Amino acid sequence: MTKYTDQGKKDTRSGFGAGMTELGRTNPNVVALCADLVGSLKIETFIDENPERFFQVGIAEANMMGIAAGLTIGGKIPFATTFANFATGRVYDQIRQSIAYSHKNVKICASHAGVTLGEDGATHQILEDIGLMKMLPGMTVINPCDFNQTKAATIAIAEHHGPVYLRFGRPKVANFTPVDQEFEIGKAVLLNEGTDVTIVATGHLVWEALLAAENLENQGISCEIINIHTIKPLDEKAILDSIGKTGCIVTAEEHNFLGGLGESVARTLALHQPTPQEFVATQDTFGESGTPDQLMEKYGLNNKAIEAAVLKVLKRK
Amino acid sequence: MATISELEELVVQVRRDILRMVHKVNSGHPGGSLGCTEFFVTLYNEIMDLKEGFDMDGDGEDVFFLSNGHISPVFYSVLARRGYFPLEELHTFRLINSRLQGHPTTHEGLPGIRVASGSLGQGMSVALGAALAKKLNKDDHLVYSLHGDGELQEGQNWEAIMFAAAHKVDNLIATVDRNGQQIDGPTEKVMPLGDVPEKFRAFGWDVLEIENGNDLGQVIEGLKEAKRRTGKGRPVCIVMTTMMGNGVDFMMHTHAWHGKAPNDEQLETALAQNPETLGDY
Repeated sequence: MTKYTDQGKKDTRSGFGAGMTELGRTNPNVVALCADLVGSLKIETFIDENPERFFQVGIAEANMMGIAAGLTIGGKIPFATTFANFATGRVYDQIRQSIAYSHKNVKICASHAGVTLGEDGATHQILEDIGLMKMLPGMTVINPCDFNQTKAATIAIAEHHGPVYLRFGRPKVANFTPVDQEFEIGKAVLLNEGTDVTIVATGHLVWEALLAAENLENQGISCEIINIHTIKPLDEKAILDSIGKTGCIVTAEEHNFLGGLGESVARTLALHQPTPQEFVATQDTFGESGTPDQLMEKYGLNNKAIEAAVLKVLKRK
Repeated sequence: MATISELEELVVQVRRDILRMVHKVNSGHPGGSLGCTEFFVTLYNEIMDLKEGFDMDGDGEDVFFLSNGHISPVFYSVLARRGYFPLEELHTFRLINSRLQGHPTTHEGLPGIRVASGSLGQGMSVALGAALAKKLNKDDHLVYSLHGDGELQEGQNWEAIMFAAAHKVDNLIATVDRNGQQIDGPTEKVMPLGDVPEKFRAFGWDVLEIENGNDLGQVIEGLKEAKRRTGKGRPVCIVMTTMMGNGVDFMMHTHAWHGKAPNDEQLETALAQNPETLGDY
């Protein structure tokens, strides 16, 4: 199995901040907005270096989305930043009308996605955001897996014309992808070739998938692992090519199984190649307070859950 | 610059356009459209500094955002008569495959429209963004916006009103159409707005009032005065009192024509009160 090394745990939100710092230095049209969460979004350096290109909107996310839409009229590339819950569900209609339907070049950048923000509990732990955003026509949805990839994705979306939802998180997770990677929107990354089962994971569950695959290899099971950082548009070819070899699939995401990556994959399979699939995702539930590790365990999102899903799907081949 | 009588002729012709558009498809919003006809005609023909043609960014020209998108008939008529798209296209209002959607949208690429509106309360935020972009681009042109008074019941407006003063967005002129009516009845009965000018002042805006927004002279003077007040560190608000359904006697003094089209007989009566001036589309 291809060996991946954790270069040291880091939070993906800091990868976003690092990407913003670079964009501040390289793209004069990039502007940032934040709704009273500058420290949490790690954009202090961007603000220090480009104070005239930052807009503090206060605790007013609806207004932030509208202002971001307006800033595009005049050629700016606004990055509207807050927690995932407040960046999506709270302002769905503003995003729908002023950004998506109006096809504005706004980058909605959302930290603290999923249960792993931890102790703050379910009011802040959105598990529905991928579904909400992918349902909007023309919206690109990206959920990178680690610090390096989040930085690369942040830089890449500035070059993409159109609305983007970029999702990342609070906990420190393994940082294992290359420092200076190319980030191609909509292009899956094949991390390990295998023959028995395909694991398609997004976000920091990609690392959990790698851990699961190591354990499974010891049991004589060969896993093909695909990092789907872009949920929409979905790299259907990568998925179909892989299941052509393996004949079964497990999807893994920190999101409700309704509306998430797993459903997008299931649609692809139903249309092109019906295939047994198991879903590692939350089971139509809200989260709760706890440490990230405890929550990953309780809600079935860690490498053990992926391993169990693989063993289950193999029996359905 | 047009003369008052030329603008008057255009106002009457736009009223006819509005009435004929909504009558044809038996839907749409004539009341608020008729109430804001003088405002639109003045803005696009006397006040705004506009380039030839249309591009989305609007660099080097004034730009306008309609927040209360349901009064699309007056917007479409004035845009068409200003040359943004062929006048004949008004025939397609609200029809399938048309660029003239029930509420304005960029989606079909209609020149003159820079954002979709219809779901209320979003336009001021968008106008603020465009005004900030102009400042970043060192473009000293202005951003105009129009809002229904009932629309101020949407909380997002007050987020935007607070932001505009805090960030000194002094290249924005936001006009509130104070016709006092909304779908379910008078605004002061449905959800009282109280003293709108005082509320804007309390949030740090420079506010002026147009007592009769259906008097062309007052609208011209009010908009010119608003322009003079820009660039002084405060966003500018015009609270403009209008009569919903203005120019058609049976549509005035009631909210009944907010979203209702006239029948054949009513259309005939209404058009007779507004004889053709520049030619029907």
